Amino acid sequence: MAVTHVKEATFADEVLMAPELVVVDYWADWCAPCKQLSPIIDELARTYEGRVKFVKVDTSAEPGLAAQQGILSLPTLQFFQAGRVAKSLSGGKSKNALKKVIDELL
Amino acid sequence: MSEKIHDVIIVGSGPAGYTAAIYAARAALEPVLFEGSLDSGGALMNTTEVENYPGFAEGIMGPDLMLAMRAQAERFGTQIITDDATELKLTGAVKEVTDSDGVVWRSRAVILAMGSGYRKLGIDDEDRLSGRGVSWCATCDGAFFRNKDIAVVGGGDSAMEEATFLTRFANKVTVIHRRDELRASAIMAGRAKRDPKIEFAWNSSVSGIGGENSVESITLTDTVTGQHREVPMQGLFIAVGHDPRSELVTDQVELDEDGYVLTQPDSTGTNLVGVFACGDLVDHTYRQAITAAGSGCAAALDAEKYLAALDDMAATA
Repeated sequence: MAVTHVKEATFADEVLMAPELVVVDYWADWCAPCKQLSPIIDELARTYEGRVKFVKVDTSAEPGLAAQQGILSLPTLQFFQAGRVAKSLSGGKSKNALKKVIDELL
Repeated sequence: MSEKIHDVIIVGSGPAGYTAAIYAARAALEPVLFEGSLDSGGALMNTTEVENYPGFAEGIMGPDLMLAMRAQAERFGTQIITDDATELKLTGAVKEVTDSDGVVWRSRAVILAMGSGYRKLGIDDEDRLSGRGVSWCATCDGAFFRNKDIAVVGGGDSAMEEATFLTRFANKVTVIHRRDELRASAIMAGRAKRDPKIEFAWNSSVSGIGGENSVESITLTDTVTGQHREVPMQGLFIAVGHDPRSELVTDQVELDEDGYVLTQPDSTGTNLVGVFACGDLVDHTYRQAITAAGSGCAAALDAEKYLAALDDMAATA
């Protein structure tokens, strides 16, 4: 399943209302660590297909959404369960570290 | 475990690691380079303009410089692995490098080029507010501080570069430095001092960070009088230096008291045969892209000589 790009207008439907665990990856093209995290997110999306939903937010295109969510650092990953932030991580994280976090939340 | 025993594995991918790969590849050593899953390219990936790398008269963006070095290493046949080395076994004649999936890679020589990681202040609330106004990456996070009052801690070139960069966004940038003069190069210090948006808090250290969900204030302690004062502040960018990333080899390779890998006089060789080290991992003093690249070149040449001697011994045995 491809990773969906979410905008302010679609955030409620795609993230808040989603029944499954949703991982939101906040990024921007000026952020080098984000570019390195991105393929890891793509790979995890394949690994957890059907169980966890992965979406990305381009904070330079969606500054309002980033502000609403209190994002002050890139990359930031938010883990949503039933419309609430169950966990939030800032900074790059390895594939294995993220698997551990996701497995604990599942 | 893979069957093949490679000639050389390079761990790390800043200017040192990529340059070692360029030289090793051109010596037909078919190097394997672990560039890291998250920090490939090293410290320069989080910088803006690099103005002092020779050959680029107009300057070059740090990430562009690193991508060019990477491409050059690849062009001559370096096998680049975008993964982390999670374990190293370096004491035997055949070295072992384990990747994050648990696969063991083997080689006759290893070049260590893990670089350095940013240093923390080591004060309360620094971790709690990390990513919530406390940042180590101005290029990543600067845009979230439009029209805010922010501070940069540190007195070196990195701190001056961050402060100058952050004036694009911030209302005001306060540089906080423990002493009353900067360690930064004259050109970087002068640029910061002339900038109308930059103020300096001399003889000051950050002793506290306040704020519920994000940074709201910082406490400065005067390093001369010991007096404290609280200052409203919405962001705190930390640029107080780096520490060598030698954790992976602590128990095997000789380190100095600060954690830098020790090398033999006039060589990049460590205390272990077939193990070489270069870049910020060994360099207390200079810590420049060009010195890292130079020592990466030296490490590849030393490894090449070591492997040739091994082959000679095998031929005459």
